[in-house]
This record gives sequence, C-alpha cells and structure tokens, in this order.
Amino acid sequence: MARAQTDERSELDLVAIACLVPSLLYVVLMFVYPFLYGLYASLQPPKGGAWSIANYLAFFSDPYQYRTIETTFALAIPNSVVVVLAALFLAYGMRRGIWMERTITTILVLPISLGVIFLSEGILGFYGTNGWLNQMLIGAGILAEPLELTHNFIGVTLSLFMQQFPFCFLMLLGYISGIDPSLESSARMLGAGPWTVFRRVMLPLIAPGLIIAFALVFVMSFAVFPSAVMVGQPAGSTRTISIAAYQQAFEQYDMSYASAIAVIMGVCQLLALIAIVLVRRRMTIATTMGVGKR
Amino acid sequence: MRGRMWKLAIYVFLLGFIINLLGIVSHVMVSAFAKRWFGKPLPPAFTTDWFSYAWTNFELGQVLLITLFIAFTVVFVALLIGFPAAYILARRNFRAKPLLLLLYFLPLLIPQMTYGIPLATTLYKLGIGASVAGVILAVLVPMVPLAVFILLPFFEQISLNLEWSASMLGASRLQIFRRVLLPLMVPGILTAGLLVLVNTISNFELAFLLAGGGSQTLVVALYYNVFAGGVRPVYSIDAMAVIYMVMVLSVLLVALRFVRPTQMVFRLDQPRR
Repeated sequence: MARAQTDERSELDLVAIACLVPSLLYVVLMFVYPFLYGLYASLQPPKGGAWSIANYLAFFSDPYQYRTIETTFALAIPNSVVVVLAALFLAYGMRRGIWMERTITTILVLPISLGVIFLSEGILGFYGTNGWLNQMLIGAGILAEPLELTHNFIGVTLSLFMQQFPFCFLMLLGYISGIDPSLESSARMLGAGPWTVFRRVMLPLIAPGLIIAFALVFVMSFAVFPSAVMVGQPAGSTRTISIAAYQQAFEQYDMSYASAIAVIMGVCQLLALIAIVLVRRRMTIATTMGVGKR
Repeated sequence: MRGRMWKLAIYVFLLGFIINLLGIVSHVMVSAFAKRWFGKPLPPAFTTDWFSYAWTNFELGQVLLITLFIAFTVVFVALLIGFPAAYILARRNFRAKPLLLLLYFLPLLIPQMTYGIPLATTLYKLGIGASVAGVILAVLVPMVPLAVFILLPFFEQISLNLEWSASMLGASRLQIFRRVLLPLMVPGILTAGLLVLVNTISNFELAFLLAGGGSQTLVVALYYNVFAGGVRPVYSIDAMAVIYMVMVLSVLLVALRFVRPTQMVFRLDQPRR
C-alpha cells in the first residue's frame, strides 16, 4: 500500500539532493572515511616506514593475540544459537497472542534499555559467588558449594543473553506474526499435528527470518566488549578480540596495530555473514511470506 | 494435553526470565540503599547516604549535565539531518536508492566496537578526541541512520494526495512543509527523538572510546567507577546505577506511549514493503 504512494518522478531535483546531502555526507565522512583510514593506518606501522603488513604478521604470530579470535568465536557461536532458539520458542508460542501480551512484551524488552553496564553490575550481584541465587540454593540445601557463575564464560554468556534476547525475540515475533494464519489452519484441517505444522509448514517460512536474526546476534556478540570485561575474565578465558584491539589503542597507544586488529575483527564478522548467507541460499525460500500483514 | 504442556513450558520460561530480570534489577536497587551488606539475603540496615555520597564524590551533577547536553544535541542533529533524508527516501525513486539504504543500514548492522576504533583513531588524529564534541560526533554515526529508518515508515503513511492538493491550492514548498507535513509528522518525530535519546543515553562503546576526563557520559562514568573499585564502596556505584536506570526508564516509559516495539522492528527489518 505504501508503495503505491511513491512519487513517480524518478529524477532527483535540486531540492531532493539538498535534502539528502547532509546525512549522506555525515555517513561518508564519519563512517566510510574512518574505515578506509583505519585500513590505511593498519598498513602503515610506525616503525616499518612505507606500506607493510607487519601488524598483521605480528597479530598472527603471537598466540596471545590470535587466540582471541578463537575465544570470540567460542563465545559468540553458542551464545547466538541459544539466543535464537530461546527467542524462536517464545515467539512461536506467542504467535497467536497470549494473556497480558503487551505487558509481557514490555518486560521482555526492558533489558535493552537498562544497558550493558547496569545489567553486568546486577548480574555480578545476583549470580555472584555471594549472590542471591547461590545463597538461595545453599540455603535450600541443594548445593554445598556456591556455583561459579561470574568472572568466567558463563557470566559473559548470561550478560549477552540478557542484551540480545529481547532484540532477537522482537524480530522473530514480528516475522512470525507476518505469516498468513490461514496456512496453519489449512494444514491443521488436512490432518497435520502441531509438530508437523511446525516442521513442514511454519519452519520453512520462518527460516529466512531465523537466519537473519542469527546473523545479527552473531555479529553483535562477536564485538562483545563491556560484558567481557565486567562479568568475564578479561585477562584470561574471555579475552575477546575487541579487548585486544582496545588494549592496543588505549593502553599501548599503537593506533596502527589497533586498526589492524579492528580490520581483522571486521573481516571475521564479514566471513561469518557470508557463510550464513551461503547457508540461506541453499535452503528453499518460500514465497508466501508476509501475506497476513498486507 | 501436549498443547497444554507447551503453554506451560512457555509460561515457565517467561517466569524464569522475569525472576532473573527482577533479581538483577532489585539486587542493584537494594544494594544502593544498603548500609553494610555482606553474605546475608538482605542488608541489616538501610540508608540513602550513598546517593549523596555518589552525587558529591562522582560529580554526578556535572556528569548528568554533560550526558543530557550530549543526548539532546545528538537528538537535535539526528532529526535535523535525518528528517529531510527520510522524506526523500520515502517519496522518490532513483537508481542509487538501494545502495543508499544499504549505506545507512551499515552503521546499525556493524558493531560499534568494530568501527569505533578506526573512528576514534581518526577523531583523535583531528584533535577532537576526548571531548564533548568528539562524543557527539561519534554517537551521531549510528543515530542519524536510526532516525532515518524510524521516520521513513511515518512518511510512507502520509498520503501523497495531501501534498498534491496543497500545492494545487497554491501552497509553496515551504508552506507544505510547515502546514501539512510537519503537523502530520509529530508522532514520527516524537518516536524517533525519544528512541534516539534512549539509545544515546545508554550508548556505551562509542561514548567510551571518545570520552576524556570532562566528557564522560553517565554510563561511561559508571564503568570507570566500577573499576576504581576498592576505593569506591560498591553501594555508591549501585546508587549511581539506580540514578542511571531511573533516567533511562522515565524516557522509555514516555516512549512506549507512542511506539509499539513489535511494529518498529518489523518495519526496520523490511523497510521497503
């Protein structure tokens, strides 16, 4: 419907260009240019003189640095899988509305607004060795020793889950409620059980949205920084690649090396996105999307 | 029977999530009001002293002022340059449009830490790092596209016939803008403004990379004080966190009166439907 309202004139007149230029200029100057500058700076190490890939060689020959890639993948992949599955479970269950939907959606979205720092501070208090959860479990006689849930992998995963679940849930809920409900009822009428409906009708329709959600969550977790520092073990098991980049830039003041690490981080994200897109290509994409909302 | 089990599972999951969220939030709140608290389910005595302690020791008045100044400047600039761009992207068709939309989408898609480091490098090189201006310039990078993508569907909902009728009746472009578009866009401007405001106040990565001594926003100051721990009593840090939460939640509650979050994301996901 919105499409029909578009102006038919396709040429850009002066007014249109004047409207677009400020924001376009901003994105180019402050986003595209720094990216290119970072790439350039990473190839100009302070000692090497002219063009040199010394920074990249240094990164990939130092286990303390290149291991961060492994750490980050090990953190980001399981986290994205858990977030997407949990969001799919809940969004699918809520597709036809549930009791107090508006309130529940608001509560689920709340963690987005609290921000990383507040969440991490709360996680330290609630899940910490002396936190409420451990006190409760020990008090109830379920545990003898407190669980180690913070300052390690689990802490970072908890923090990431709280930040990304709401976002992923909203996306999938929007996607799933856009599927024509009559498809489901037809399948039901033809004798399919709930599992068959999910497996053979709904899942193929949700799959593209699921893959987009997975890609977004993955890219976000790959750049994890504050949670890895606050509820993780930034010097050890959760030293992610963004911590490595930050330390080079603001502790060693080696902007050239830091830019190189940022480039490597970007390339890793890009490679992961390409892999995800390739997986999506191999799946048959259903074309009945979005009928319900039109 | 199996359907019942599923419903039950969903409510159990929701309950777990809510308990977890409630635990996290209330632990910070209780701690902010605790006199001394260690190893007990609840502190033995309560006090409001930590708020005044945090206020004086962390120079919160100054920090709040800077945060609000940065946030409102970002909202103003993002709307000022995002509004016309969203109008053109909603109304006109041209060959470079998909490319342009992709370019605007990238700062929202790529994590801030990834482009924040080259951006910080560039800004420090230009001598505007570690300043209020630097923070504003950096935070605007994702906020301008955010404003554009929020305003876009609002423009699409305004019928083009209104603009045509107005111009047929002799209104100039400026008059159409002032008398037709602007009044109809008030909900869109409010939505975009509030969401940019919340996102700016709670933005950590970019504000952190560009912050210097006098340009720390509330979140960044909070982060630094967590690591000054040992010197700072944890209760005072939690008091600061509570002040931050109250600030963000009050903006958010106003925002939720205008926005249905589900609708927002659905449109963001597929802006050209």
